[in-house]
Amino acid sequence: MADKILKELTLKIWRQKDAKSKGEFKTYKVHNISTGTSFLEMLDILNEQLVEQNEEPVAFDHDCREGICGTCSLFIDGRAHGPDDDVTTCQLHMRRFQDGATITIEPWRCGAFPVIKDLIVDRKAYDKIMQAGGYVSVSTGGVPDANAIPIANDKAEEAMDAAACIGCGACAATCKNSSAMLFVAAKVSQLALLPQGKIEAARRAKAMVAKMDELGFGNCTNTGACEMECPKSISIAHIARLNREFLKAKLKD
Amino acid sequence: MSNFWTSSIGKKVVMSLSGLFLITFLCVHLALNLLLIFDNSGELFNQGAHFMATNPLIKVVEPVLAIGFIIHIIWASVLTLQNQKARPVKYNKRNQSQNATWASRNMFIIGGLVLIFLAIHLYNFWWNIKFPSLSFVEMGSVQVNGVEMENTYAMVAGLFKESIVYCVIYIIGAIFLGLHLTHGFWSAFQSIGFSNDLWRKRLEWVAYLFAFIFAVGFSIIPLYFIAGLGN
Repeated sequence: MADKILKELTLKIWRQKDAKSKGEFKTYKVHNISTGTSFLEMLDILNEQLVEQNEEPVAFDHDCREGICGTCSLFIDGRAHGPDDDVTTCQLHMRRFQDGATITIEPWRCGAFPVIKDLIVDRKAYDKIMQAGGYVSVSTGGVPDANAIPIANDKAEEAMDAAACIGCGACAATCKNSSAMLFVAAKVSQLALLPQGKIEAARRAKAMVAKMDELGFGNCTNTGACEMECPKSISIAHIARLNREFLKAKLKD
Repeated sequence: MSNFWTSSIGKKVVMSLSGLFLITFLCVHLALNLLLIFDNSGELFNQGAHFMATNPLIKVVEPVLAIGFIIHIIWASVLTLQNQKARPVKYNKRNQSQNATWASRNMFIIGGLVLIFLAIHLYNFWWNIKFPSLSFVEMGSVQVNGVEMENTYAMVAGLFKESIVYCVIYIIGAIFLGLHLTHGFWSAFQSIGFSNDLWRKRLEWVAYLFAFIFAVGFSIIPLYFIAGLGN
């Protein structure tokens, strides 16, 4: 079956020359977009149009376009990664939109994620949190044997669910408090659940929470918006685990 | 415990524990208040109120309760201010109804409305009981089983029978309190780490049950007097 064609779409896009400039919304029109087009391909079509008109193309983050790298972002029509659940922007397709629609496209709005240009924000804050403790220390040498450390299946599964986090930033971007708790919770949880990560669990929870607070993210109020917008549907049950890990670590001090 | 109380999670733990403490107070408060509608001679309620006013343990808990309220309000204000600052540039278009409940997104505002109600409520009753010499209503006394005590029943019944406006204010107050608890109750457990995918469903269910009991329980009292069932 051939895809339908959306004859005209109006795009209201945030344009900002660089980090220091004041940005503004600009309105563009694109025509004859197939519903099978992905959202980012639609932006590519717009950019070709802009290049032909000698205008600066819209800058946006993208990489794998398979929904696994966590590079794409965008706040589309008031929601992180657009109106679909459990997908990244690159996996959002134009069949989700009506012909003649006006689509508002904004960058992540979060003090800790400053806008660099147009729709691109600087997500180094998440890297800094990871550097503070989102790792396990291992001795160098030969590769350890597989299954040398027995891990219960349910623990392995839960750790994998948390490890699905791609660090896209949708949680902090969508949170009414700009809190990064779901991200930090996923990273703390995936390691705290496994024997290899338990050794440094206390230090990790304290260091990552301290870094998160220092970077100016807000305080979690358990609204659950993050898990709804998370493209990997990471549960806020991991936030409860982070709270437990943090409390345990602080009580030991 | 270095830096615990200044960390984001530490501050949330303060909100959680003070909130849970206030919920235990609400349980006692509602249980006593319902005596109003189970005995329209007023004797049961008067005895309950007299017990609360004279019990030494309650005298100790009362200032603790006040501190609990103050901490809950101050911490909420600090957290809300920080959260506002965490997003200096706001979104032009937001569709928050798609991902979180209205109550969970507006806890500070609902809490503020409950606080306004609390001020009215304290002015109506607590002030008159604590400072009879400065009170705005003459409170009579009554003999119950040979003990002389304040006729608190008459004061409550008088307010609700005289003024439909106060009845409406009290019902609205109860509804806001219920809304606050729909999110507050389960959120308190989440903040101290007592939750997972299974317990979250249970806690949310209990939260709605608690919210319903408090909203309806406190609303019944003015409704009971409007209906003319009181003495």
